[in-house]
Amino acid sequence: MDQTTPYYPTYRREIRAGLRDIAPVAVAALPIGLLFGAVAAAKGLSPLEVALMSAFVYAGGAQFAVIEAWAYPVPLAALTFATLLINARHVLMGASLGPKMKVTGIQRFIAFFFLTDEAWALSERRALERPVTGAYWLAMALVLWGNWTLSTTFGAMLGSFMGDPARIGADFAFTALFIGLVAGFGRSRVTLVTVGVSAAVAALVHHFIGAPWHVASGALAGIAAAYLAAPREARP
Amino acid sequence: MSLDTTTLLAILAMALVTYLTRIAGLFVADRLVLTGRAKAAFDAIPPAVLVSVIAPTALTTGWAEAIAAAITALVAFRLPLLGTIAVGVVSVVILRNLI
Repeated sequence: MDQTTPYYPTYRREIRAGLRDIAPVAVAALPIGLLFGAVAAAKGLSPLEVALMSAFVYAGGAQFAVIEAWAYPVPLAALTFATLLINARHVLMGASLGPKMKVTGIQRFIAFFFLTDEAWALSERRALERPVTGAYWLAMALVLWGNWTLSTTFGAMLGSFMGDPARIGADFAFTALFIGLVAGFGRSRVTLVTVGVSAAVAALVHHFIGAPWHVASGALAGIAAAYLAAPREARP
Repeated sequence: MSLDTTTLLAILAMALVTYLTRIAGLFVADRLVLTGRAKAAFDAIPPAVLVSVIAPTALTTGWAEAIAAAITALVAFRLPLLGTIAVGVVSVVILRNLI
């Protein structure tokens, strides 16, 4: 690494950096994509429907949540609202990353279709040292998008041969995945209060009212609890 | 390859709201500075939603699921994501056979 010369981004170098950064993420996402496809198939979705959802929605967390609450007839309003709630974090992520990217005009509206937690985190890290170019972003985005769409579709095709996922405990993989994701938000007092209140309200609503309303009510209760539990003058 | 109309509608609705959240940040950049309780509430959205989704399975299905969820939560702070999933799945299979 030559530290003395200034950094001149070239397409080739930017693409290579993007591929290098996203590779481990793509490897980790592969089995999760297969799992999503298999559980979606068990809920009654066809491989084509799984492919369309992954390609157009392209948001793992929301897709997992929606599939868990999936039923026939499809509860359209509740599923859309759950998707909006889960993906609301994108607004803050986009507001933070947008000004740091060397992408302008209509290209920004294409680039930000591919906003994910992973690509965002890697780009924010890169933005500390150098601007995030469109070539870097698109190299990461296309690999992760293709990886997700193909692995979930393949999982759905395999899933229809696997039979009942409960037999091998695969139905619980979701729950375990979500517990792992929640643990990633840490053990601060506010987070623990949020998790406790959400879990209790969601379980009660599910028992007395039924799916899928436990998602919205549990989430809103946890958000309200976080608001009340946070100190009044907390600094960011 | 079947494609249900309502399913397609749900997918399109999900895709639309997700895309709106993705580009909304570009319009509010420099103006959206959350602090204090508002920031805590916003930060709480992902864990609150995730927990609400799994709470019925984890807490009210049966003892095997509840205990497996507790074991998973304990290892979740120490293992990477795939390891956590593996522990959860293996625990629930063993517990379902024991209980």
